[in-house]
Parts: sequence; C-alpha cells; structure tokens
Amino acid sequence: MELSTELETQIGRWRGYLQRRQAISPADLDELEDHLREQIADRRATGLDEEEAFLVAIRRIGNLDALSREFAREHSDRLWKQLVLMPEEPDGGGAPPWRELAVVLALAVGAGVAVKAGLAWLGGDGALARNAGLLVFPFLGAYFAWKRRLTVRVVAVLLVPFAVLAVVLNAYPFAPEGSTGLLAAVHAPVVLWLLVGMAYAGGRWRSDGRRMDFVRFTGELAIYYTLLALGGAVLLGLTFWALQAIGIDLEPALEGWILPFAVPGALVVAAWLVEAKQNVVENIAPVLTRVFTPLTILMLVSLLAVLAASGGLIDVDRGLLILMDAILVLVLCLLLYSISARDPLAPPGLFDVLQLVLIGAALAVDAVMLTAMLARIAEFGSSPNKIAALGLNLLLLAHLIRAAWLGMGFVRGRRPFAAVERWQTRYLPAYGAWAAAVVVVFPPAFGFV
Amino acid sequence: MRIDKDLVAASATPLVLGILMEGDLYGYAIIKRVSELSGGGMQWTDGMLYPLLHRLERLGYVSSSWGTSEAGRRRKHYAITPAGRKALADRQEQWAVVAGALRQVWQAVPQPPATAGGWA
Repeated sequence: MELSTELETQIGRWRGYLQRRQAISPADLDELEDHLREQIADRRATGLDEEEAFLVAIRRIGNLDALSREFAREHSDRLWKQLVLMPEEPDGGGAPPWRELAVVLALAVGAGVAVKAGLAWLGGDGALARNAGLLVFPFLGAYFAWKRRLTVRVVAVLLVPFAVLAVVLNAYPFAPEGSTGLLAAVHAPVVLWLLVGMAYAGGRWRSDGRRMDFVRFTGELAIYYTLLALGGAVLLGLTFWALQAIGIDLEPALEGWILPFAVPGALVVAAWLVEAKQNVVENIAPVLTRVFTPLTILMLVSLLAVLAASGGLIDVDRGLLILMDAILVLVLCLLLYSISARDPLAPPGLFDVLQLVLIGAALAVDAVMLTAMLARIAEFGSSPNKIAALGLNLLLLAHLIRAAWLGMGFVRGRRPFAAVERWQTRYLPAYGAWAAAVVVVFPPAFGFV
Repeated sequence: MRIDKDLVAASATPLVLGILMEGDLYGYAIIKRVSELSGGGMQWTDGMLYPLLHRLERLGYVSSSWGTSEAGRRRKHYAITPAGRKALADRQEQWAVVAGALRQVWQAVPQPPATAGGWA
C-alpha cells in the first residue's frame, strides 16, 4: 500500500528515534519497521485513515524506552559494541562484505603506491609536502564514490577542483623554502578534505544532516586512525627490536617501504572501519568530549593567564601565535565533534553550559591573538604568513561568536539545538573557501615568496 | 477479558514456539496468530515480541532467515529448531501439570472469591 510522504517522514522520524538506542541494531530496526508498516496496512484496511493507523501502530509497538531496555537486556553485548566486521548475513543492499574489503585493500595499496611514487619522483624542496594530500585523498574519495555509487556528474564536479588544485600546487613557481609554498601545503589538505566530504555525502552536500555525519565521520576517523597508528607502532617497535637482536636492521625497509604504505593505507582502512561499524566509537564519543571539554577550558584559561602575565603582545613569539592558531582549530574541532555526538533532542544541560564556557574561553584567546596579530602587522608590515593567520582568526571569530550566541539561546531554552547544529554545518564551506584562497590566490599575490 | 501481564509473559515462550510448530512465520504474523488464538484476549505489546524471539534464537530454539515481503521490504522469518521442539514438549508437560492442578483445585472450590487473587 502506498503511503503519503507525510506518513513516510513520520515513520522515518520514528525510526530515527529508535536508531539512537544503542541496543537496537539496524537489522532490528528493519524488523520493527516492517512490523509497523504491516500494522498500519491492516489498520487502514479496517477503515482508519493514515494518521490514525500510524498512531495505533506505534501504540501497539509499545513504549520505546521499555522496548529498548528489553532489547538491551537481551543484547547486552551491543552496549559494548563488538567489532564484527563481517556481518553473518548480508544485510541487504550494498555489495557483499568481501567485495568491499577487497576494494578497500586495493585502494589502501593504491594510496601506498601513490605515496611511494611521490617519494621516488617528487624530490625534496616541499613538492612532496604540497602533493601529499593529492596523493592520498583521491583514494579515500574513490572509496566513497564507489560506496555511495556517485553519479558521473558528481564525480566530474569533484574532479574539477581537484585538478585545479593539482595544477596550482605543481605549476606555481614557488620559491624554495618560501612561506607561500608552505602555506599552500598546509591549506591544500583542508580543501581536499572537504572534497572528500562531498564524496562522503554522496553528492548531497547541501544537506545539513549529511554534513554533520561527515563531521562525526572525521572525528571517528581520527580516533580510529590513532588506534591503528598506536597498534602499528607497537607491532613495528617489537619487530624492530627483535630483528635488531638477531642482527638485522629493519630501518631501511621501514623508511623505504613499510611507512610509505602503512601511513596512507591506514587512512583508507580507518575510513572503512568507521563506515563498517559506525556505532563502535559512538559510545566513546560523548565520553571523550565530556572528558576533554573541561580540560580544554582549563588549558585555554591558563594560556590566557600566561599571555596576560607576559605583558606586551607585540613581543609575543611568532611561533606562539601559530601554535595558538593550531590550538584554536583544535578547540573548534572538539566543539564540532561534541555537537555531532550530542543527541539533538536532549534538553539543555550542564554540559551545554560547559560548552558555552569553552566557546567563551576560545573567544577570549582569539581576541588576544587578533590584537597581537594586528599589532605585529602594524609594527612589522604584512607577510603571507600573517595575513593567512589573520584570515583564519577572523573566520574563527565569526564562527565562535555566532556559536556562542546560538548556544546561549539554546541553553536558555529559546532555540532548538538544531539551530546550533545548522550554524556549524553551514559555516564549514567558509573554511574550504578560505583554504582555497590561500592555496590559489596567495602565491601570485605575494610573488611566490 | 484482559489477561494479566505476568500470565502473558509466562505463556509467551510456549505460545510462540507452538505457533512456529504450525510453520515458519515473521513477527507480525505471530502477533496476529496470538490474537486470533486468544480471541483478542491476549494483547501483547507488539515490540516486546522481538527481544523474546531474539532470546529464543540465542537459546537455539528458533532459527531465523531474512526474506522479502510482498512489498519488497526486508523481513525476518523464524522457524522452530529441533531443540525448540524439545523445549516446547518440556513446557507442554509443565503447563499440563499446572493446568491439571488448577482444574482440580477449582473443582473442589467451584467459585473462588474475587479477593483470592493469588494468581495475579
């Protein structure tokens, strides 16, 4: 029986609501949804209208809290999500898991080959650093293009900026050791990452929901990648010592082959892991953000105190300014990640206030930084580095001010959490645009120094 | 007449296993069959059937397989296993003992007063 789109969205919402319960797996959701639809169809056959049928059907399914408790009792293992990468039965739709694994491994090896080729042919002088992203991210993008079955048109839309970036990064006559080359190398991955995000969103990059998913994906990828790196380092370290005891030096193989393949390959594998078990880290994410938000507030406040105590802002070391920029970006990542990990329906609580405090502290640090930068620019004139840092700071400032404003509205109960979320996701392209400007416009504007 | 919740819970396992003895079914059809068999007297909270089915599956009493509904949706079908048949036979014996005991005591005291609700 065909249902109206309104009812479909209501069913979708009901499903989404259940989806957040850790104990209920996607397969169970399918089972419950099938039940709901059968019930609706039967009720409609007895003469109820859609709305009534839906209401009766969800009432018959029962209280969702009690239901998910019951599921949790039966599936307590799910609360400690086990890493089962090969589902026992193919979960309908999508390619069989073995084929996906083969694609992932092929892409991981491909990324390794690309990096190895880059190491062999791209000489030193910063060319490799500029091209690192270009060598690795296409494989990640290819994975999502395959996974999301991107249309040719979308792939073309993604390839054009990629090609432009590749040409710019390699055709510009960057001065060796110059700052514009370094800035381009630092900013290019940001643009590339957003292109990966477009592939991740399966072409629906205008959707706030998909953008938030990508933020979540980025955070979980970072966690997975760190875990893989730690495990790999332990394994390699042990092998290294063991071989050394025998009298074999692993270092040439390590530098020449193992790391060039392992480092980019792990990125692709980590992306696949996040996709394969989206909810493994989901349980840790809220805990991580709750642990690190207060700690980050402490860090920012103590930094502020140190800055204030040290007196003159002009004398602040240039290295410190760059470091502070990095810290602010990290704070923003933490903020975004904790927003993505939050249940949007939960009422405002203590943690939201803490988050607001975090934003406040970041704003204060940003203001100090801006003052210091402007003072430096007034004192010593502008340079590509300073303008890039200034631009980033202004971007962060706008982001944080609006986030603070919306967050305040939410904590006071005047705004839904969705407003806070929407601002974060809508603002993301601004970073991409700025990064693209630094890569494409800065070098010619500053004479490639 | 509404059947008491505890009684519904206690009878759920033998009832589901018994219904699956009639043939493989999916969740919603099991609920419908329960309602038919009890003349609408046994109202289950529909959702609760699934954790029960999953438990029976974990215990090895039923097996499940994914199929497709007429509308093309994914649908999980349940079938009773030999272990499930054995468990059902076991339960049947237990229930027979309980039902026999009840019959005897109620024959001795034909009209139990409403306050003697020890079974509730």
